[in-house]
Amino acid sequence: MKREFLSGNRAVAEAALLSGLRFYAGYPITPASDLMEYLAERLPKVGGIAVQFEDEIASINAAIGASWTGAKAMTATSGPGFSLMAEGISLAVATETPLVVVDIMRAGPSTGIPTKTTQSDVYQARWLAHGDYILPVFAPWSAQDSYDLTIKAFNMSEKLRTPVILLSDAVIAHMWETLYVKEPGEVEIVSRKKPVEPPEEYKPYKPGEDLVPPMAVFGEGYKVIVESLVHDEAGYYRQDTRTYREMVARLREKIMRNIGVVYEHEEYWVEDARVILVSYGSTARMAYPVAKSLLSRGLRVGLLRLKTLWPLDEGKLSSALSKADKIIVVENNTGRIYYDIARIAGRDRARFSPILTVDPPGFNEVLEAVSKWL
Amino acid sequence: MSEALLREVEEYKGGRFTITVITERCKECGFCINVCPVKILVKSSAENKYGFRSPTVSNPEKCIGCRLCEYMCPEFAIFITKGERG
Amino acid sequence: MAVAKKVIHPLDKYLRSDRLPHIWCPGCGIGIALAAMLRGIDRRIREGKLDRNKLVFVTGIGCSARVSFYVDFDSAHTLHGRAIPFAAGVKLANPSLEVIVVGGDGDIAGIGGNHLLHAARRNMDLFVVMITNFVYAMTGGQLAPTTPLRVYTTTTPYGNPEPPLNVIKLVASLNANYVARASVTTPHYIESFTYKALGMKGFRFLEVVSTCPEVYGRHIGLRNPVAMLEELKKRVIYKAHPVVDESDIDWDKGIVIGEYVVRNNPSYLDLIKRG
Repeated sequence: MKREFLSGNRAVAEAALLSGLRFYAGYPITPASDLMEYLAERLPKVGGIAVQFEDEIASINAAIGASWTGAKAMTATSGPGFSLMAEGISLAVATETPLVVVDIMRAGPSTGIPTKTTQSDVYQARWLAHGDYILPVFAPWSAQDSYDLTIKAFNMSEKLRTPVILLSDAVIAHMWETLYVKEPGEVEIVSRKKPVEPPEEYKPYKPGEDLVPPMAVFGEGYKVIVESLVHDEAGYYRQDTRTYREMVARLREKIMRNIGVVYEHEEYWVEDARVILVSYGSTARMAYPVAKSLLSRGLRVGLLRLKTLWPLDEGKLSSALSKADKIIVVENNTGRIYYDIARIAGRDRARFSPILTVDPPGFNEVLEAVSKWL
Repeated sequence: MSEALLREVEEYKGGRFTITVITERCKECGFCINVCPVKILVKSSAENKYGFRSPTVSNPEKCIGCRLCEYMCPEFAIFITKGERG
Repeated sequence: MAVAKKVIHPLDKYLRSDRLPHIWCPGCGIGIALAAMLRGIDRRIREGKLDRNKLVFVTGIGCSARVSFYVDFDSAHTLHGRAIPFAAGVKLANPSLEVIVVGGDGDIAGIGGNHLLHAARRNMDLFVVMITNFVYAMTGGQLAPTTPLRVYTTTTPYGNPEPPLNVIKLVASLNANYVARASVTTPHYIESFTYKALGMKGFRFLEVVSTCPEVYGRHIGLRNPVAMLEELKKRVIYKAHPVVDESDIDWDKGIVIGEYVVRNNPSYLDLIKRG
């Protein structure tokens, strides 16, 4: 473990390198460009490659192709570029390709305000692509968290053979903080399971016990099939309901079955709280001191900070929120997580305190927004 | 040439060359019949299981082994190999 | 791969023959192009110049893209227009692989146009085979960037008002090492051009003009496979050293096939000093 001083973007890059990243494809976009620039320098030094492609569509498709050679691959972008990657993410889901996609949220819609942030892309991170699927979404709130959650993103993507979205934002990306980075060997690095059977017996989409198929890649003599159409275990296109149901159900179940490791949240003073603030990402950085301040004034306030935005472990969340009278969702949008909390904890207990700001939220701003419910 | 259903693989043996037709792959496009320079490919009257009539060989001895039929077939349904005398 | 397949035809060893007969229509030239490519590949493999386990086929979406179904190599059936960047990712992450992209004119030069442009510009180490049938056939016969002027398509029912794209001219104007055109009426050239391309580095591009009796043939009154083949044969002119100025596809003036560009510029892998 080593103490470092890094920006959120650099923390993501360093964590990716520790996780074994060897291929990066990207396109310049504020506020993600410097992540690519940093990796353009760092990756070749570890035998990897970072390439600026002609657009985000090329980037995500190239990253998927690279993953199919066995390389750990990543791309990073912001809202507009993320929208362009929709079909690519759908491809990664359907073909069960391990991949990390970083969306560093900024203000939208459309070109928005490239240099400032909001928390607008929560639903997009979950459901950007067409089709019926689930994928994990992690939302760091600091440079340390960016580092840790990137390692987790790679591990989950390899373990579950799925794209994973890391949802950072413009504030966290460019904020420089102290953090502790891991040395090789200090943290578990997961790589995709390989087949034990020989090529003649291998079926590319036949799941193991864990519902995840062992992944042979190009060049190993397995004659793999990467298939974007609905397919059976052999990877052959099938148009019948039964194959569709089996495929879609398994893709969902392989994630949900692991919700215990995929889903994470942090609790501060929640045990005795009558009022719990629920927040995430950069907004949570201000919800924390506000909660602490209210606590010091004698109010029984707690903070539940989401690290995973999808899938939500509704049982775990519900249980954590069960003793509170009010749950106030504090987020920088017109309501995203709020609706999940309203559903999970009940509309009678849920309250919404939007902090619509493109600048880092101020203490009084958040205090006022929260206090109106107290 | 038989009126009965063709077998899945039909071999027509000439001394110099053997013409093999995988009848169930044929889609009756007619390319092989069209390009054969010695005009020995003739459409069968019997159909394969998909309803297509594959070529039969009227006189395997006349085959010159040019393999144009093999090259022009889009279905991997016809090929030439050397016969016993070849 | 774990399915018992029959090996009857000499090329069956390179095919997932359990999936035959393939989906292409009677008289569709894609099967001819594929067979010819496989013969070129076979020669490279038998000569020990190509490792059978290192060949990867990448396709997008469309009729031509279904090639990835039938070849018994590592293959990827990806997104419409995106085979080239996927393939670039494959090649850059593992330069020891030989990557072949196969697609139709719509997939490669329409929606995939930007990727084609930049891959050719970079001289990316890929072999791209574009099978041209002048229409979007899989979806029923809509306009393609290569559809000749005034031709009926389902989205230009009053006749195509758009001048077509000459893809050979486009790719030749960029930095590609190999730009050639063949036709399904001349499968021997498809085979020899494939063989040659697989011995080169950088961006190698082969356009194969094909018959499409069911869709494009129907649009131009040549729905009978042999009729379409004969008409195409009449227009195909082979030249040993064709020039780009004569590469326009003109149904009246003819379609000049041959090797338009053969050179040895540094490939992308050379330029980044990798592999």
